Amino acid sequence: MSAALKYAVPVALGIAVLALWEFLVRHYDVPVYVLPAPSAIWAALVENFASLMQSLWTTLSVTLEAFALALIGGVAIAVLFSQSRAIERALYPYAVILQVTPVVAITPLILIWVGFDRINLVLVIVAFIVAFFPILSNTTLGLKSTDHNLIDLFRLYGASRRQILMRLQFPTALPNLLGAMKISGGLALIGAVVAEFVAGSGAATGLAWRIVEAGHTLEIAKMFAALALLAALGIAIFSILSLLEWALLHRWHESAIKKTA
Amino acid sequence: MTSLLSLTGIAKTFDNGVKALGPVDLEVQQHEFLSLVGPSGCGKSTALRVIAGLLAPSAGKVEFPGGNPETAFVFQESTLMPWASALDNARLPLDLKGVARAEADMRAGRALERVGLGGFEKSFPRELSGGMKMRVSIARAIAAEPKLLLMDEPFAALDELTRQSLNDDLLKLWCEDKLTVIFVTHSVYESTYLSSRVVVMTPRPGRIAADMALAAPENRDGHYRLSPEFTTQAAKVSAALRNAMVEHA
Repeated sequence: MSAALKYAVPVALGIAVLALWEFLVRHYDVPVYVLPAPSAIWAALVENFASLMQSLWTTLSVTLEAFALALIGGVAIAVLFSQSRAIERALYPYAVILQVTPVVAITPLILIWVGFDRINLVLVIVAFIVAFFPILSNTTLGLKSTDHNLIDLFRLYGASRRQILMRLQFPTALPNLLGAMKISGGLALIGAVVAEFVAGSGAATGLAWRIVEAGHTLEIAKMFAALALLAALGIAIFSILSLLEWALLHRWHESAIKKTA
Repeated sequence: MTSLLSLTGIAKTFDNGVKALGPVDLEVQQHEFLSLVGPSGCGKSTALRVIAGLLAPSAGKVEFPGGNPETAFVFQESTLMPWASALDNARLPLDLKGVARAEADMRAGRALERVGLGGFEKSFPRELSGGMKMRVSIARAIAAEPKLLLMDEPFAALDELTRQSLNDDLLKLWCEDKLTVIFVTHSVYESTYLSSRVVVMTPRPGRIAADMALAAPENRDGHYRLSPEFTTQAAKVSAALRNAMVEHA
C-alpha cells in the first residue's frame, strides 16, 4: 500500500461516516437533543469556541503537569528500585496498592485534603496517580533487562554504577519507557477527566465540566463538541509520543525493523 | 620469558553446589596463544571469568606477576550495544576509561579498520552480519590496547568460512600486538590452528588433563590447514581430549 493511500483510506472512511450521519439525522428528523448532526456539532464548537478553548487549555495543562510528574517520579523510583532490591521490596507493594485502588474512590478524599479552592491541584494529583504506575513498572523492568555479558564487560573496564546506569541500563530501558509513556499519556488525560467528573461542582473548568454542564442544560451538540476536543487531545498526545518513540528507536530497535522491511 | 598469569589451586563451586572447576594450576607466559579445550560444561568459561576477575574463585589464587595487565574479553555472542554504532561500540572501553572523545574516536576507528570494518563506523549492529558483529566485538577488545585477551568460544556460532577468516585475522592481531590470548573452544581444529599451547580439560569439575606446546603459529594460513603437520598436531590434541574423557569416565 502506498503512503498516500495509507492515510487516504481512513480519512475517506471518516468523511463517509460523517456524511452518512448527517444524512440520517436530516432524513429521519432526529431531534437535536438525541443526536445532533455533525454540522450542528461544528456550529456549537464555533459558537462556544472561546469557552471550549479555555477548558481545553485547562485540561491540557492538568494532563501535561500530571504526565510530567508521572514521568519524573516513575523514572526516579524505577532507578531507585534498580539500585536496591531492599527498597524495591519495601515500596513496590504500595505502588501496586495505589495502582489497583480505583482512582474514582480516592478522589473525594484527595478533594477534601487538598480543598475545593485548589481544584486543579486535585486534578493533577489524581491524573498523576493513574499515569504513574505504567512508567514505574515498565522502566523498572527495562532497567533490569540489561545483557549480563555487557554488564560484565562494563565491570571489566572498571565502570562505575553511574556509568552502568547511564550508558547501559537507561538505553536498554528506553523502549520500555517509551511504550509506557504512550500508555501513561492517555491515562493522564483520562485521570484529569475522571477527577473533574468526581469533583462535580463548578469549581473545575476543564472539558469534563463542560460536558457535565452541557448535559444538565441538554445542549447535546456542545457536549459532542467537547467530546470531540477530548478525543482530538488524546490523539494528539498519542501521536506526539509515537513520533518521539520512532525518532529515538527507528535506527536500532527490533520493533522498527518490520516497518522498514 | 616472564610469566604473565599464574593460577594456583583455582577451584569454583557454585552456590547451588555444582563443582564446576578445579583445582587448577596454570602458568601463562607472555605472548602465548593458549587454547583451553574441553567438553561442554567442563568449566572452561568459568576459568576465563575467574581470570578476568568477573567471578571470585571458591579456592586458590589468581596472580599477575608483572602487575595487572590491561585485559579484554570477547564473548560467544558479539555482545554489542544495539543502540550504538560500530564506532561507538568499539569506543566503549576508551569511554569508560575517560579517554578524550577525539582520541577515542581515532583509536576506535583504527581498531575497526584493523578488523576490516573501515567504512562501517556508522552502521548499527542490526545492519551487520554475524561475522561483522563479531569483528566489531574484536575491535572493541583491541581498542584499549590490551595485553591479555580472553575469548570465550567467540567463533562458535559462525559459519566455517567466516570462522577461518576471523581465525587468520586474530592470529595477525596476536602477532602484531604481541598479545597474550587465552582462547576457550571445543573445536580441536580451531585450537590446533591458532595456538602455541593447548590445555585440555576433563569433564566437570574441569581439571587439566594435558598441556601441550605446539609449534609457534606465526605465518599460518590456509595452506597450513591442509598440511600433514597440522593433521599430526590435531590428532595429538584429539587423542588427549579423548583420553581426558575416558580417564574421567
